[in-house]
Amino acid sequence: MAHEPVKFDAQTDIDFVIIGAGAAGGIIARELSTAGFRVVVLEQGPYVTEKDFEHDELKYMRQRAITNDYKRQPNTFRATEKEKAKVQPAIIYGRQVGGGTVHFTANYWRFHEIDFNERSRWGSIAGSEFADWPITYAELEPYYTKTEWELGVSGLAGASPFDPPRSKPYPLPPLPIKSSGALAERGAKKLGWHAFPAPMAIISQPYRGRSACLHCGFCEYFGCEAKAKSSTLATVIREAEKTGLCEIRADSYVRKIEVNKAGLVTGVTYLDNSGREHFQGAKAVVLCANGAETPRLLLLSQSPQFRHGLANSSGKVGKYLMFNGHARASGLFEHPLNEFKSVAVSRVIHDFYDSDPKRGFYGGGGIDMRFVSYPMNFALGGLPPDSPRWGPQYKALLREHFTRTVHATGHTTSLPVEANSVSLDPRVKDAWGLPVVRITYKDHAEDMKTMQFFQARCKELIDAAGPRKLWTREVRNQSFGYHLLGTCRMGNDPRTSVVDKYHRAHDVSNLFICDGSSFVTSGRGQPTCTIQALAFRASDHIIRMAKNGDIKSGI
Amino acid sequence: MDDREDISRRSFLIRSCASLGSAWIATHLADIAGAQEHAHRAAISQTSIKFEFFTSEQAAETEAIAAQIIPTDDTPGAREARVIYFIDKALATFAADDRPAFVQGLKELEKRSRKRFGKTKRFSELGSEQQTEVLKEIEKSPFFELVRTMTILGMFSNPEYGGNHDQIGWKLLGFQDDFHFKSPFGFYDAEYKS
Repeated sequence: MAHEPVKFDAQTDIDFVIIGAGAAGGIIARELSTAGFRVVVLEQGPYVTEKDFEHDELKYMRQRAITNDYKRQPNTFRATEKEKAKVQPAIIYGRQVGGGTVHFTANYWRFHEIDFNERSRWGSIAGSEFADWPITYAELEPYYTKTEWELGVSGLAGASPFDPPRSKPYPLPPLPIKSSGALAERGAKKLGWHAFPAPMAIISQPYRGRSACLHCGFCEYFGCEAKAKSSTLATVIREAEKTGLCEIRADSYVRKIEVNKAGLVTGVTYLDNSGREHFQGAKAVVLCANGAETPRLLLLSQSPQFRHGLANSSGKVGKYLMFNGHARASGLFEHPLNEFKSVAVSRVIHDFYDSDPKRGFYGGGGIDMRFVSYPMNFALGGLPPDSPRWGPQYKALLREHFTRTVHATGHTTSLPVEANSVSLDPRVKDAWGLPVVRITYKDHAEDMKTMQFFQARCKELIDAAGPRKLWTREVRNQSFGYHLLGTCRMGNDPRTSVVDKYHRAHDVSNLFICDGSSFVTSGRGQPTCTIQALAFRASDHIIRMAKNGDIKSGI
Repeated sequence: MDDREDISRRSFLIRSCASLGSAWIATHLADIAGAQEHAHRAAISQTSIKFEFFTSEQAAETEAIAAQIIPTDDTPGAREARVIYFIDKALATFAADDRPAFVQGLKELEKRSRKRFGKTKRFSELGSEQQTEVLKEIEKSPFFELVRTMTILGMFSNPEYGGNHDQIGWKLLGFQDDFHFKSPFGFYDAEYKS
C-alpha cells in the first residue's frame, strides 16, 4: 500500500527540526523518527526523485548546476583576508532531498585510526591548528559498520593491507573491475604498491529492496535512476517517512535559528518557494546544512544573546575550512577503456595514506584511477593541454582520446588553517537578500607539497601501466571546494571548538550540529562515509539525551 | 561596483578557459529545461525546421565557423550533426543573454573576411584554407570561445536539444548512452586476471 508521508500542522509539537536533508540530516531524521520523536526536516532544495533523474549532460552537467544555484546563491572567493572577495563559483553542494549523496561519486572510504590522533603522533604544524579529534577510530568503528550496512556499500574487507580494523565485512561484494582498475593494478604491481577493490556506496547486488547497479555510467553529478547508489534519498529518507513521524519539507530555505532569552533554541524561520516566511518551532534543532551553509546560518543567526552568531563564543564558527587536496596525472592507452561505462572507480591505492617524516613534510592520501568525463565536458577541456582546440586535429584527438584516457587521481590531506574560512560576504546578497557565503582559502604550504608528491606518484602509476602518452597539469592553489569540512569543529574545549564530542553546541544545549563542519582534520579525501558514521553516532547520543530528559526545550 | 551585476553579466565573455562551459551552463540552468521542451516540441512537429533567432545569413556564417571547429572529413562533423539548430534554439531561449555578443561577433567576422579577401566575400563563401586563416586570427577572442562552446554543446548534448543529430557527436567519441552495460567494459578489464 502506498504510504502518504505525514504533514504536520502548525499546532503539532515538534521534537526536532533538522536543517538539511543530506548525508547527515537524512540519517538523523530516520534515527530520531524511528526512536519515536516527531521530526521536521527542512531542505532548501526540491524533492526530486529517481523518476525525475535523466541522462542529460546539458541539464544535469556536473550536477553542480542543479546543486547550489550560482545565479540565485552566488558565493565570493578570495585567497587571503587581505583581498576583496570576488564573485565566482567556489563551492558545490547538493541542493535537493538527499543532498550531496544524490550526485556524489560514491567513493566510500573509512578514515583510518591515524586520522583521529595525528596531531599527537606527528606534532604541531606552524600555520595550522592541527588537532586530535575528541573521539577515536575505535569509538566510531561500530558506526562505520552501521552506515555500510544500513545504506549498502560494496567492497572487500581485508583487501587493503592498510585498512583499519573492522568488526564486520562489507555487506556487498565489490563492483566489477573496470579497465582503469586493471591498469591501476598493473601499475601498482610493478611499483610494489597495493591496489584493492574500491569501497563504493553503490550496490553490486540487490539489497534491501533495491536493485543492483546497471553500470550505466551516470554516477558523478547525476542522480541514480536505478536506486543503486546508496544516497540518503534512496535509503534512510524514505524509511524516515515510513515511520509516520517525519516530514521532509522541501523548498524550505532556513534563514535564521531563533533563540529565547535564556539562549535556548526555539525553532527556525524559513522561506518557502514563493518567498513567504514561516516559523517552525521545535524542542531542539539539529543543523546538518553542510560545511558552508551550516556556519553561514549560524553567522546569520545573530541575536542580542549571540552577537557574533549563534554558538560562536569561541569565534571558530566558519574557521578551518578544508577542501582536501587533489593531484592528477593522465594517460592515453592503446586500447579502449570505455570508462564511460559503470561506476567511477574500481581500484584504490592506500600505500601513501599515512604521513611519512622521511618525505620532509606532513600529508598523506589515496590514489585511484578514473575518467569521469561526459561527452560535452570532455570536448570542452578533456584533451591534454597541448592539444589543438578546434579543427581536424582536434576532432581526430577527440575520437582517439575519449575511450582511451584515464587519470590517476590523488586525494590528500588539508590542514586546518584558521584564515581558511566561510564568512558572510559584506556586500553580495543572494536572491532572498541574505549575505552570501564568502570563501577565504589558500592551501597550506605542506598541503601543496603533498599535492606535488601525489602528482609524482600518480605519474609513476600511469607510467608503470604502460601508456602511449602521459601528461600532468600544474599543481595550483585551490579555489574550488567539493568537500566542505571543518567549519564548526568538534572538540572538548569550548574556547577552541564549536561542538562537543556528541555534536552538541558548546554554547546552546538544545542545538546539535552534524555534517562535514564537525571534522577536526580532513582525512584523505573521501569524507562522506565519515560524515554518515558521525551522523549515526550523533543520533544515538541525541536519542539517549532526549530520553534521559537532558535536552531542555527552549519553547 | 555592485558585485551582483558581475553575476548577471557573467557569461561567455568574461573568461576564456576550459571550465568556462560548465560555469556558463550553471548560470543558465534554470532556462535549459525550457529549451529542452521547446526543442522537443520542434522535433515532434514534423514541419521543416525554421530558425527562430538567426536570419538565414547569420545561420550560414555560424554554421561555417562550426564546420571549421569540428570539420567534416572521413566522418561527419558539426554540419551533419545539425549543430546550427542547437545554437539557434539556444540563442532563442536559454542563451538569449549572449545574442548581442553573437551578432556583433558575426558582423566583425564579416568585416574581417571582406577586408582580407575582398568586398564580395562573406566568411561562409571563403575557401576552407581562407576560413582557417581568418579563424586563427580570432581564436583567442571571446567570440570564438562562445561559438566553440556552443558548437561543442550542440555536437555532444542529447539529440533532443536539436543538435547531435543521429548521435553523430557521440559516435565520433565512441560514447553510448545506455541504461545497462555488462562487464567487461573495455579492453583491459576483459584481459584482466587477478
